[in-house]
Amino acid sequence: MPDLLLELFSEEIPARMQGKAADDLRRMVTDKLVAEGLVYEGAKAFATPRRLALTVHGIPARQPDLKTERRGPKVGAPDAAVQGFLKATGLKSLDEAKIQRDPKGDFYIGLIEKPGRDAIDVLAEILPVIVRTFPWPKSMRWGARSGKPGSLNWVRPLHAITATFGLETEEPDVVKFEVDGIESGQTTYGHRFLAPAAISVRRFEDYEAKLLDAKVVLDPERRKDAILTDAKQLAFAQGFELVEDQNLLDEVAGLVEWPVVLMGSFEPEFLATPAEVIRATIRNNQKCFVVSDAKTGKLANKFILVANIEATDGGKTIIAGNERVIRARLSDAKFFYETDLKTKLEDRLPKFEQIVFHEKLGTQAARIKRIERLAAEIAPLVGADVARATRAAHLAKADLLTEVVGEFPEVQGLMGKYYALAQGEDPSVAAACEEHYKPQGPADRVPTDPVSVAVALADKIDTLVGFWAIDEKPTGSKDPYALRRAALGVIRLIAENALRLSLMKVAASALAGLWVKPADAQKLPSDLLTFFADRLKVQLREQGARHDLVDAVFALGGQDDLLMIVRRVEALGKFLDTDDGKNLLAGTKRASNILSIEEKKDKRSFDGTPDAALYSLHEEKALAKAIGEVKTEASVAVAKEDFAAAMSAMAKLRPPVDAFFDKVRVNDDDTKVRENRLKLLNEIRSATRAVADFSKIQD
Amino acid sequence: MDASLPAHMRPERSFQGFILALQRFWAEQGCVILQPYDMEMGAGTFHPATTLRALGPKPWNAAYVQPSRRPKDGRYGENPNRLQHYYQFQVIMKPSPPNLQELYLKSLAAIGIDSAVHDIRFVEDDWESPTLGAWGLGWECWCDGMEVSQFTYFQQVAGFECAPVAGELTYGLERLAMYVQGVDRVYDLNFNGREGDAKVTYGDVFLQAEQEYSRHNFEHADTAMLFEQFKMAEAACRKYLDAGWREGGNRKQHLMALPAYDQCIKASHVFNLLDARGVISVTERQSYILRVRELAKACGEAWIHTEAGGAA
Repeated sequence: MPDLLLELFSEEIPARMQGKAADDLRRMVTDKLVAEGLVYEGAKAFATPRRLALTVHGIPARQPDLKTERRGPKVGAPDAAVQGFLKATGLKSLDEAKIQRDPKGDFYIGLIEKPGRDAIDVLAEILPVIVRTFPWPKSMRWGARSGKPGSLNWVRPLHAITATFGLETEEPDVVKFEVDGIESGQTTYGHRFLAPAAISVRRFEDYEAKLLDAKVVLDPERRKDAILTDAKQLAFAQGFELVEDQNLLDEVAGLVEWPVVLMGSFEPEFLATPAEVIRATIRNNQKCFVVSDAKTGKLANKFILVANIEATDGGKTIIAGNERVIRARLSDAKFFYETDLKTKLEDRLPKFEQIVFHEKLGTQAARIKRIERLAAEIAPLVGADVARATRAAHLAKADLLTEVVGEFPEVQGLMGKYYALAQGEDPSVAAACEEHYKPQGPADRVPTDPVSVAVALADKIDTLVGFWAIDEKPTGSKDPYALRRAALGVIRLIAENALRLSLMKVAASALAGLWVKPADAQKLPSDLLTFFADRLKVQLREQGARHDLVDAVFALGGQDDLLMIVRRVEALGKFLDTDDGKNLLAGTKRASNILSIEEKKDKRSFDGTPDAALYSLHEEKALAKAIGEVKTEASVAVAKEDFAAAMSAMAKLRPPVDAFFDKVRVNDDDTKVRENRLKLLNEIRSATRAVADFSKIQD
Repeated sequence: MDASLPAHMRPERSFQGFILALQRFWAEQGCVILQPYDMEMGAGTFHPATTLRALGPKPWNAAYVQPSRRPKDGRYGENPNRLQHYYQFQVIMKPSPPNLQELYLKSLAAIGIDSAVHDIRFVEDDWESPTLGAWGLGWECWCDGMEVSQFTYFQQVAGFECAPVAGELTYGLERLAMYVQGVDRVYDLNFNGREGDAKVTYGDVFLQAEQEYSRHNFEHADTAMLFEQFKMAEAACRKYLDAGWREGGNRKQHLMALPAYDQCIKASHVFNLLDARGVISVTERQSYILRVRELAKACGEAWIHTEAGGAA
C-alpha cells in the first residue's frame, strides 16, 4: 500500500515548539485519514529548526465504497413525497427502489452507493485544511499576502510544502494542493549554510537519506544522541565529565540541523564564583554545557557548545567567539556576586517594605515578620533552636534582592546560603536560607535540619493560610500560587521527619498574624485541614496506596496530627489486607446496613448500652464480651499510638461477629430483644471507631 | 565585502566604514537611506520611518542609523559594553520580502561575517514594545553565541494590525563592530580606521559624553522640569491630534500625525529619564507606560488617515 511524505519547510521554528508540533502534525493527519475510512499502518513525525516532516505508511490507495440505505415514503404515498425521495437518493424511478414491509406498512427503500475516492484526492483535500488550522502556540502573518484578509498564519514564514504519495516500487505522485500561494511539490532544501541547494525527493526513505547528504539530521532523537555522545567523548578525552542536562539537550537539538560539538574554555579565576552561578550563566545565556573534573567532581573551566556548521577553520573562530561572550557574561556574574557580598543580608531587608507580596496580604517585609514569628513558634515542636529558627526566617528571603538572583532566579535560596555563610552565620541558619523552599515537588529532597524544617513549615503554612484568608484557593487546574505544592510540602516535612504538631493550632496562629481578618476565620483552619486531607489522598493514590482510608480516618473527627493520620492509615491498610481485616470490615458493614434500615423504619437510633439481662443466646453474650475487651484493648493501644496493636485487637472481634450473624436473628419478635440486639450491633460500629470509620472504607 | 575599499574604510578596521558598508548594502536592496531622526529616543523602532510607516498598505523600504538613548544603561564610561547612548542600525521592509533572511545573511557578509566560519543562528525571540502598543514574532540573531541583531515580523503597531506585515532588522552596531574589530572594550573601537596619530577611537568621541550624561541621568536631571515636560508633551500630542482632523469631526483625514507623534517620542524619552532618576515607583511606572501607549495609539490612528498612511 502507498505511503505519504509530507514536509512543511519554513524559517526557524522555536526550539520549544518543535516536539509538540511534530506530534500535532501526526495526530491531525492520521485522525483525518481514519475519519475518511483510510486506515494506515504506521506514522512518524519529525522536526528540525526549519521543517516539520511526516511519513505515513500503508495507506489504502482508495477509500472503501460506502453503501447506505435510505427509507422512503409508504407505497402509495402522494407524488410530492415520492419525487422528494427520488431526488434525495438519485434514483431515476421507483423501479430502482426496493420495497420493505414492516408493521406500519410497505415502504420504499433506496440504496445509495457512494464510491470511495482515491486516497490522494482525499489527502489533497485534508492537508491544506490541516496547514490552515495548525495549532501553533503563537503564529504570524508575513509578506505581501498579509495585506489581505484570510492570509495564512504559521509559526514563522512557510516557504515550501513537499507532499508525495505512492508505492515503494513506483514513482510517487505529488499530492496537489495550494495554501496561500504555496503549491505542494517535491522540492525541499538542505542545510542553510552547508548545502542550501534545492533537493528533489520522492518518498520518505530517499528524503531522509538526501537530507542527511545535505547536512540535515531529520530525527531530533538522532541529533540528541549525536550531541550527547560527542559531548561526553570530547569531555572524556580531556579528563572531564559532561554535566548532563536533559532540558538543555532538548533545546540545543532544536537549534541545529547539523550538530557539531566543540569545546571552549574560560579563565580559571572565574571558578571562584559559585559553580551554580557559572552553570546558570553558561546554560541560560549561552545554551552551552559545563563539564566537571572527572577526579574531583568540581566544575572545570571548560564549556561545551553545539554549533550548526562544520566550519572551514575547524571551529576555531566559533570557539573564540563563544569564549569571548562567555568571558563577558562570567565577568558580569562575578561582578554581581562580588557586589552582593559587600552588603549584609539583613541590610537588604528594608527594601522589602516597598515590595508588595500580594495586594491583599501586604508587603514582603510584613510576610517575613509573620514567618519569623511562626518559625519561632514551630521551632520547639520540631526540636529546633528558637533563636536560630528566627534568625533564619529573618534572612531567608533576603537573597531575592541580590544581583545574582535578580539575574538568575533559579539560584534563589542557594545564593542566600552562600551569602549567609560568607557573613559568618550559623551553618544551620545558612542551610535554612536554601532549604526552606524545599521540598519543591514530589521528587525533591525533604530537609531534615530542624532549623530548616521550622522555617520551611512556617513559610508554607503562612502562604497557605494567607491565600485561604483572601479566598484565593486553587480551583480545578488553576493553582497560580502553587498552594497544592505547598500543602504537599507540609505533609512530607511532617511525615518524613516524624513530627508531632497540631495543624489546627499552627494554622490558627498563622491566621492571627495576618492583617486581613476573613469573615469565616473560625472555619478556616478546618477548611485547610480538609485541603491537607485531599493532598494526602492524592499523594497516597500516586504511591499506589489506598486513599479511601484517609477518609475513614478523617471521619473520626478531631484529627489534625498529620503524622498520626498517616500512621493510622498505614496500619489500617495492612490490617485490611488480612483475612481478619476483610471479614471484620464485611461484618461491620453488615451491622451498619441493618442498623440504617431499622433506624429508618423506626425513625430512631439505637444508641445506648445494651442490657446484658436480655441476652438469651450464647453468641450474643460472646459478642458483647468481645466488644468490651476489644474496646479497652484498642483504646489503650491507640493511646500509646500503637496502631498495629489496635488493629490486632480489632482482629479479635471477627470470630464473635461472624458467629453472631451466623446464629442470631436480629429482628426478634420480642421488641425488647430486637432493640437490644440492634444496640449490640451499634456497639460493633462504635468499637471499630477506635481506629477508623469503617463505613467510609470502599470495598 | 568590497575588496576595492581602502584599508581605513574596511568594516573590520573602522566603525564608520562598518556603518557605511551596511548603508551601502541596504541601499542596493532598494532601501531609502535616511539620516537619524532629530529627537532623543530609546530605539530605532521609535523613528517615524518605522513606527508610523509600518502602518498602512503602502510599500516602504528604508534603512538608517539611529542614535539610541537608554538613560538607565549609563555606567559613567566604566563598563566595557554598556552605554547610555549608542547606535542602532535599522532596516524596515514592507511588505517583508520572501528572502529577508537571505538578505540579512548577505548583509553580515558585507560587514565581514563569513558564514563558512561563523555559527549564525536564529533563536526565538518575540518582540513586544508596551510603550508603542506593538508586537511581532522573530528571532535574536546569534553569531558565535553573541546576539548581534533583532529580526522581527511586525504584527501590530500602535494597536493596529500591520497589513501587510513589515520585516524589521535591528543591528547593535557597537557590539557587532567590536566583534569584527576584535576589541573587548567599546571605547577601544577604531572609529575612523586610521592608525597612529590619525586614529580616532570610539572613546575619543564618546567617553566624555558617557561620563557626563551618566551624571546627568542618574544624579542631576531636573525631575521637576521633566515631570512638567511629560505633562506638556502629553497635552501637546493630544492637542495636535485633535487639531489635525480635517474639516472638524468626521475623522476621515488627518493632517498633523507627524508633529503629534514627535510629542509622543518626547514623552517616552522624558519618562525614561525619570525612570533612570529613580523617581517613579513600580506602580506609577505601569501607568506612565500606559499613558505613552495611549499617545502612540492615537498617533497610529491619525497616521492611517494620512496620505502616506494609506488614506484614500
